[in-house]
Amino acid sequence: MPLIEFSDKGLYCRAGGFYIDPWKPVDKAIITHAHSDHARWGSKYYLCHAQCKPLLQMRLGENNYQAVEWEEKIFVNGVQVSLHPAGHMIGSSQIRIEVNGEVWVVSGDYKIEDDGLSGKFEPVKCNTFITESTFGLPIYNWKPQIEIFQNIRDWVCRNKELGKTSVFIAYSLGKAQRLLQCLPEIGLPIYVHGAIWNAHQAIVSSGFQLPDVKRITYETPKGSYLENIVIAPPGTEGSAWMKRFYPYAVGICSGWMQVRGTVRRKNADAGFALSDHADWKGLLQTVTETTAEKVYVTHGYQAVFSRYLNEIGIAAAEVKTEFGNEEEENSAAVAEAQETIDNNQ
Amino acid sequence: MRQFAELVQTLGTSTKTNEKLDALSEYFSTANDKDKVWVIAIFSGRRPKRAVNSTQLWTWCNELAQLPGWLFEECYHAVGDLAETIALLLPEAIPSDASYPLHYYLETLISIEKQDEAIRKAFILRSWQTMTQPERFVFNKLITGNFRIGVSQNSMVNALAKTVKLDPSVIAHRISGNWDPMATSFADLLSENTLTKDYSKPYPFYLAYAIEDDVNSLGEPVEWQAEWKWDGIRGQMIKRNGELFVWSRGEDLMTDKFPEYHALRNHLPNGVVLDGEILVAQNSSSSQRGDEVFPLPFALLQTRIGRKNVTKKQLTEAPVSFCAYDLLEYEGNDMRETFLIERRVLLEKIVKSINHPALLLSPLIPFSTWEELANLRSQSRNMGSEGIMLKRKDSIYQVGRKRGDWWKWKIDPLVIDAVMIYAQKGHGRRSSLYTDYTFAVKDGDKLVGFTKAYSGLTDKEFAQVDQFVKRNSLEKFGPVRTVKPELVFEIAFEGIAASNRHKSGVALRFPRINRWRKDKTVNEINTIDDLKKMLELYGK
Repeated sequence: MPLIEFSDKGLYCRAGGFYIDPWKPVDKAIITHAHSDHARWGSKYYLCHAQCKPLLQMRLGENNYQAVEWEEKIFVNGVQVSLHPAGHMIGSSQIRIEVNGEVWVVSGDYKIEDDGLSGKFEPVKCNTFITESTFGLPIYNWKPQIEIFQNIRDWVCRNKELGKTSVFIAYSLGKAQRLLQCLPEIGLPIYVHGAIWNAHQAIVSSGFQLPDVKRITYETPKGSYLENIVIAPPGTEGSAWMKRFYPYAVGICSGWMQVRGTVRRKNADAGFALSDHADWKGLLQTVTETTAEKVYVTHGYQAVFSRYLNEIGIAAAEVKTEFGNEEEENSAAVAEAQETIDNNQ
Repeated sequence: MRQFAELVQTLGTSTKTNEKLDALSEYFSTANDKDKVWVIAIFSGRRPKRAVNSTQLWTWCNELAQLPGWLFEECYHAVGDLAETIALLLPEAIPSDASYPLHYYLETLISIEKQDEAIRKAFILRSWQTMTQPERFVFNKLITGNFRIGVSQNSMVNALAKTVKLDPSVIAHRISGNWDPMATSFADLLSENTLTKDYSKPYPFYLAYAIEDDVNSLGEPVEWQAEWKWDGIRGQMIKRNGELFVWSRGEDLMTDKFPEYHALRNHLPNGVVLDGEILVAQNSSSSQRGDEVFPLPFALLQTRIGRKNVTKKQLTEAPVSFCAYDLLEYEGNDMRETFLIERRVLLEKIVKSINHPALLLSPLIPFSTWEELANLRSQSRNMGSEGIMLKRKDSIYQVGRKRGDWWKWKIDPLVIDAVMIYAQKGHGRRSSLYTDYTFAVKDGDKLVGFTKAYSGLTDKEFAQVDQFVKRNSLEKFGPVRTVKPELVFEIAFEGIAASNRHKSGVALRFPRINRWRKDKTVNEINTIDDLKKMLELYGK
């Protein structure tokens, strides 16, 4: 009997009677991180990392949450469970499960580089590893964060010289906070969209130190944005809401920006391949370091990555999950909300 | 090379024409002269011959990156551009401060073109190893082909004009025709004197916009000349110094492709340049008058393009004529500043005096009111034409696409409702989105694919269809997905011809998506019989 089964509700541990990141309501859910494709509403009990809890509260409201620290061992129906840093976003964790000496690890989403915010990723030795593969193609190799940050700051300064506002498109939960590690150094005021403001407040109230930002409202005088910095979530590009920033340049921060075609399709003035997922080398390095005998590959380029692992002598199989749709869902929701706001004006 | 890579980066991502112009002007005022000549050459379609082919490039890349072939292919499908895929996959370069200039790479590529593969390979690998990733991208792009990076020849000409303070139309003319970037200096290229040396040099074409308003807004019909709009290849026929040259609008010298024209070398007087259409026309000996034109479908002309050696069979089945409609040079004088009506008189005189089946005169359409012309226009298809050209009688021959004096008044396209059955990811800015579709009509209970189409939807619609494809894929054949036949689209096209290369038996001209028929189900689409009827009506 495998420790984790792939059911229609999600990754299921029969021995422990719990699911990991289920996409349908269940009795017991263990959550890797607070993004909408991994943490969904309706379950009766949620176990997550302490830093993840306030974010779940923000997204899913009050529920029966249990928060744990990394490497804290707990037992669920006799199954030993512990959480380990995944480096993807604040409070993101890998889930380690052990029964009778057999160890399985579910990666959730992860990245190798320490972004200074999400906790440093640690590979966890196991027998079976369930890994994401969002960027599981060798064309995806990230530059160090320090280098990308410098490019970002240079771009903001160039925009300022040209008399333009720098508008960044970044995920409200994760990427936006990561950008705040880079931007304050320039010394310009930073304005954020309401969705990012909400995430910001939730994170600050849980005890994190984040730089000051200003919320964009209808009262904000239009001239205040000029030559300054704006952060907005995906879905706002090209919307009527953007008009207030004119003249502006749009910079999108996402791993997908590695490919020129994506930058052009999104009509971005600049694309920064700043990702919260492991790149090709990161995925390979992690799989090797877990010393897993068997690897299941989920959301992303699962067919490609599992085939490649098999060819280099690591037994792997692809698994279909409902993870990995967050970007689309999120942007659709924002765009929709935006339309409602615009129509009401 | 680094400066050129930066230029390409700006041109590729900038969404504003002015920014592109500024980037080009900046380049033209700071780059070295030899590089400038090459940039003019590249952006006007004068790329050097391929020193290595795509297969060699990706094989060498794989050797360095140590990747299996199938994985390279997966990457290529995700990126949608071979040059970029290779640039992304190559192992990190040894950083070098020195960057060789653009012309060094291009001229070396030319010099090793005929050398052993080992020598060419060594040069490519050596170059890759000293380049940054953006440099590798443009280098690969220069080798692999069409340098389409978001800038038109027009923008390049305008930027150059701004930098050297000459009129864009003068620049356009000076950089046209046959010149070798390796042997031409920047000063020579832009100097007046070079014109006298190059007898083959064409004039820049004058192009018309489609008319948007009511024709009545054009004023008095008597001020306008109407001609049929032909569906061939726009061309320029030049006779100078005893030699004949035929250029296409894409600035390809096509003289040798069409032996029909060779006889004209002896008939046309020296110092004559004609503007017209390269067409497959019915042998005019079957019609009594020399000025009648009955062009055959474009598909027949296609059998002649891209072939070096023409067979006798092709010459009889698809004889090519030049259908002249303007005169740009006469007795060695540039006639572009004289009125159209005067140019026309001379043109008729020349064509009639030669009286040769390979040179036809595009007839004028007599009309006295716009209503009368609108009626004639509705019969365009029966004339083998795609509409009407309207030219002001006192218009001069301008450079490039200009509004005001010349208009094209095309007939509405043919349309048919079809269902999408296959989808494939696009290229360039559409890579990783399913944007290339195959459409089918009904054949009894079955569906039969009859065309592909790549354009006509908005970005938002493409995103919706992409989502549909991802959720409703039935099978996977390499990059192609078969899709549940559910989405119905109206396909527009300009012409139809019989084809034995297509299962449906027809080939369409310029197919594109006209609109998404969300109101229709797959049961309501057109049938193969509807297509055959169209073929009967318009394809013969």
